[in-house]
Amino acid sequence: MSAPMATNETLPARAALDQEWRKVVNHGLLLALVLVFVSLANMPVSLDSRMIIEPMLSMGYLSLLWIPVVMGFIVSSEKVLEGIAYHAKGAREVLAGGLVGVIGGLGLSLLVILIDNFNLRDPLVNWSPALLDLLQFGNGIGFGVIIWPVLGFGLGVFGGALHIFTAMTRTIVGWVVGAVLGVAVFETVIIDLLTERLPFEFITDWFYFIRGGLSQQGAVTAALIGGGLGYLRVLAQRGVVPTPVQDYKQLVGPERTRANTIIIITCGVATAILPLLLGRITNELLANVGLFVLLALGLNVVVGLAGILDLGYVAFFAVGGYATAILTSPNRGDSWPDWVPQSHWFAALLVVILLAILTGLFIGAPVIRMRGDYLAIVTLGFGEIIRLLFLSDWLGGYTGGAQGVTNIPGVDLGFVEIKGTDPRAIFYLVAVFCALAIYVSWRLEKSRLGRAWMAIREDESVAEAMGINTVNVKLMAFVVGAVLASFSGAIFAAKVGSIFPTSFIILVSIVILVVVIVGGMGNILGVIAGAAVLIGVLGGPKQPGLLAEFSEFKLLIYGALLIFMMLKRPEGLVPNVRRTRELHQEEFLQDAWLRSQVDADEQDGAASGEVAPA
Amino acid sequence: MSERLLTIDNLSVTFGGLHALKNLDFHVDKGEIVSVIGPNGAGKTTFFNMISGMVEPTEGDIVFKGESLIGLDPNQVTARGIARTFQNVRLFANMTILENVMVAQHCRTKQGVFGALFNTGGFKQEEAEIREWGEKVLGFFGSRLVGYRLDQPASVLSYANRRRLEVARAMATKPEVILLDEPVAGMNPRESEELTGLIGQLRDEWGFTIVMIEHDMGVVRDVSDRVVVLDHGETIAQGSYEDVSTNPDVIEAYLGRPAEEAS
Amino acid sequence: MTAAVRSKAAPRTGVDWFLTFMRVGLSFFFISGVIMFVLQQIDPQNPIAGVLNPDATGLTADQFEGLIISGLSQGAMYGLIALGYSMVYGVLGFINFAHGEVFMVGAMTGMITSNKLEEAGLWEDAFFVSLVFIILVAIVCSTATAVIMERVAYRPLRGSPRLIPLITSIGVSFLIQNISIVLLGPGAKAYPSLPEWLSQKRTVLFLEVEGTKLMVILVAAISMAGLWYLVERTKTGRAMRAVAEDKEIASLMGIDVNRTIVTTFAVGGAMAGVAGILWGILFRSVIHTTGFLPGIKAFSAAVVGGIGNLGGAMAGGLTLGSAESLAPLMVLEPWGINGVSQLRDAVAFLVLIFVLLVRPTGLFGERLSAEDRA
Repeated sequence: MSAPMATNETLPARAALDQEWRKVVNHGLLLALVLVFVSLANMPVSLDSRMIIEPMLSMGYLSLLWIPVVMGFIVSSEKVLEGIAYHAKGAREVLAGGLVGVIGGLGLSLLVILIDNFNLRDPLVNWSPALLDLLQFGNGIGFGVIIWPVLGFGLGVFGGALHIFTAMTRTIVGWVVGAVLGVAVFETVIIDLLTERLPFEFITDWFYFIRGGLSQQGAVTAALIGGGLGYLRVLAQRGVVPTPVQDYKQLVGPERTRANTIIIITCGVATAILPLLLGRITNELLANVGLFVLLALGLNVVVGLAGILDLGYVAFFAVGGYATAILTSPNRGDSWPDWVPQSHWFAALLVVILLAILTGLFIGAPVIRMRGDYLAIVTLGFGEIIRLLFLSDWLGGYTGGAQGVTNIPGVDLGFVEIKGTDPRAIFYLVAVFCALAIYVSWRLEKSRLGRAWMAIREDESVAEAMGINTVNVKLMAFVVGAVLASFSGAIFAAKVGSIFPTSFIILVSIVILVVVIVGGMGNILGVIAGAAVLIGVLGGPKQPGLLAEFSEFKLLIYGALLIFMMLKRPEGLVPNVRRTRELHQEEFLQDAWLRSQVDADEQDGAASGEVAPA
Repeated sequence: MSERLLTIDNLSVTFGGLHALKNLDFHVDKGEIVSVIGPNGAGKTTFFNMISGMVEPTEGDIVFKGESLIGLDPNQVTARGIARTFQNVRLFANMTILENVMVAQHCRTKQGVFGALFNTGGFKQEEAEIREWGEKVLGFFGSRLVGYRLDQPASVLSYANRRRLEVARAMATKPEVILLDEPVAGMNPRESEELTGLIGQLRDEWGFTIVMIEHDMGVVRDVSDRVVVLDHGETIAQGSYEDVSTNPDVIEAYLGRPAEEAS
Repeated sequence: MTAAVRSKAAPRTGVDWFLTFMRVGLSFFFISGVIMFVLQQIDPQNPIAGVLNPDATGLTADQFEGLIISGLSQGAMYGLIALGYSMVYGVLGFINFAHGEVFMVGAMTGMITSNKLEEAGLWEDAFFVSLVFIILVAIVCSTATAVIMERVAYRPLRGSPRLIPLITSIGVSFLIQNISIVLLGPGAKAYPSLPEWLSQKRTVLFLEVEGTKLMVILVAAISMAGLWYLVERTKTGRAMRAVAEDKEIASLMGIDVNRTIVTTFAVGGAMAGVAGILWGILFRSVIHTTGFLPGIKAFSAAVVGGIGNLGGAMAGGLTLGSAESLAPLMVLEPWGINGVSQLRDAVAFLVLIFVLLVRPTGLFGERLSAEDRA
């Protein structure tokens, strides 16, 4: 937010031993608990196979090492309030971080001793010699017990020291870490991009180790590049170097429109070229991400624009998938009468749209007048009912029951058939529909309907008093979301070639919700970014992402992420200005009130020459 | 004789044993400015809530231009031509000032998903008309709510400007009758005076019929054609300001009776 | 001032017509199903059954009895879980989506403890003591989970727009489920076998009941009695009722609202912990998803009984449990639907939708706090 005003006093740094001991101990214990939990959750052991920097740093060790740094930073974080004096940071903060790290490390030492002497494998399944070995760094127990408080101290000190770094140092350090991690995490994509069609093996050989992970020189190079970029950013912030982003924000009117068009065309070209350069697996990943982007954009209309929490959203995905399957596959259930033709995918799509609209109305009508909480549960119920119906033996003649519908053909465009075996083509198909979804969301947001949705989000009864038929308007949101989800279902059917009820469990609805929330409710760019980051890197409900090792832990991370975002940053990662206003209402109102006092004084002074009382 | 727009007949509503309104009779003719006054708890805002459809009566009828309003949803009442403001200003705080008056025109416009998606000529024209009417309505208050203000969120406005925007929003719904719920509450004398003049203009230049709840007797005296006094959910007096202000029942309702007369 | 209760005399808009159609349709579905069932019982070869359900067989009295007892014991557990949902909704006005996981935590810790007791040989020998012990352990763990949940995830969001705490609770639910997976493993885990004498059938009044189900109902009844005593007769209970009525006024009366809210969560959690043990004893198997479906059904039970209303929560639970047990055979099968046991879960949701369409305030009426009353 805003930097502290000049009127804020800065008191001198406090003495090193002047600690809030209770706070330090509490944070230390919390750190110990988290470290022990992460160990027993098997993250270090199972992620150990992925190297960040060969041979020094594996993802497994990293999963433990980052936590004391963060905790060391948090223990000394203070919220700076305008007008209130605050202390400068110094050795005290560094020491606090270190102490917190020591206590956390002692927790791990205790764990090491316990694993060595007791067997709690039942019930804690990950209580294993492998874990012990990892925690001891391959050495004996003495090493294991001593190393962690020491490591904790060092890492905690670093975390605390972040407070005393200058802003420039912090920025550069951030960029260095980000660059190294980024190059490591996106290894497969980068290698693919540079070597599949382009002859840049020499770059990847330099950066990466044969078996995976950054080589040491690669890590150093990445760090240098990151540092350089960070430095440029600092210069940009200081105004020494002009940035394109700042220039862009200055544009208005027809220049802005022209700039927007250029950006859109560039994105379009990039989207078209990228799959050609990438290998099969990466394209498969991109196609998956695309499907989720489409689903998330649809849910964004329902949750983000209209403010309706639909937990049964997967039902529309299912309707799209099953309708496409039944209409195009020769292997559908035997109960269907002969006059239901085996159609082309695009013909089936028309029926899919109709069915999605009907389902949207059918589910929407009863729930639309309910309280938000009830609506969530009832939609979840509907989602489950639909899945159970598709799974049941009763309708099995029509839907294939647990065996699903198989042998779904791809999309026949005449010159090419888009099937699951060709991920590149699937990606293009998905990209086209995503573009459609983006266009629809964007146009609707700026229309009469979009304004009505905003008003309903603000104050539903007043919106009704202003003449908005809230029932119809909310139903409209439901229907639009349903149609977009059904598109995704139709593509999914053609891609996978078969449809089973297990693809449509509630988990899918919740993961899409996490993507929308984390990315930014109501914000198209945010939703896309959220899908790319979460589904692309960590993986979807049933599909692995770039970091396949995280498959066991991704749901845990999503749950924690959802809670964290709601507590700290409910507007999402890429926030919508308006949404941020809504969610931080009080802070904005206070600022607005202050400003209005100034404005009112000005106006009254101008109008009548008097100064109104404040 | 001008047309009788709104007739309220024997209106009653009970909230769990409390008779908020009792056999209330009321009427408004086209072009009138009627004030509804009464001590706190008399049922004035409940009365407005009944007309605008937010609360349903237990007895009685509300007839607007020959048709009953009973059982209609608030948005249907607004579509018929009755708009209202709220006692505690309830703007769409995070929407811009212009958007507030644009969204109020929802029931007067019809473009839907189709028009928005295909950016049809009809859509563009309607958006332009909505914008134009919105700016016109905002212009009623001089330069305060226009210009650079249009794209600012409503939450930045000062209190008096918020009340003005509240009125502008009601005007934007293109009603025949506007229900103003304490329009000058919290304003200083100069602002109240200005708004009083504007209320007169609303009737004279813009053709609205006004029903107003007010506590500020100066405003009531200056602008009303007729005053209706409510107490404990019933009408206890009606007439011009002079008649009503000297009516002993009214004085008793506000100030009470001297102790020796009580028993 | 928000819109007060509006009763509509006749359907006016398209949506209203559709809703009336749904109400009529569902009522017809349920009632005809029961009528056809009764016909089937009287004469399995009756003409209607011939058309819809040719394989019709009636239910014997024993089967019927068995289904009712199952339904009641299941419903008792739903009722215990529903108490937590109801209390939290009555006080804070939002659904604690993660309450089902509080129940699961109780069941899981019961599983761990009972297996340890069995290893130590105490399970069979000192069964009642063991049982009490695992109930206490489960209560402690569930209560702790609920209290921590409130403190970390819900209290900071007290003033937020309604959607936010609900979404957070979804996150908490998700998180707890996955904590269970990563710490304890993804498979289902078993409770140790119960002593022979417990599972025997006994005769109570004129019914033959399995010992385990009888115990479930008894323990549920005792817990309910304890809760009633707490809420109606103690100072804490009075505070809880006051805070549930109107938080602001309660604080003006000198009640520590935060502490009382924590107590509400704790009591709800304790009830769910007991339910977890009962579930483990009855079904003998627990997995990380154990809390999910019963949680949603328990919430439905709370709504059916009237949200905020404790007696209603238990009544709703019993109703829903019985409906779930009986409806597949009494309502669905007469219509000719085969494989009805798969649709059991769907029945619970249908009942919820039906109640919300026909009588949204529940069987016994809602009790909401002043801030939430529409």
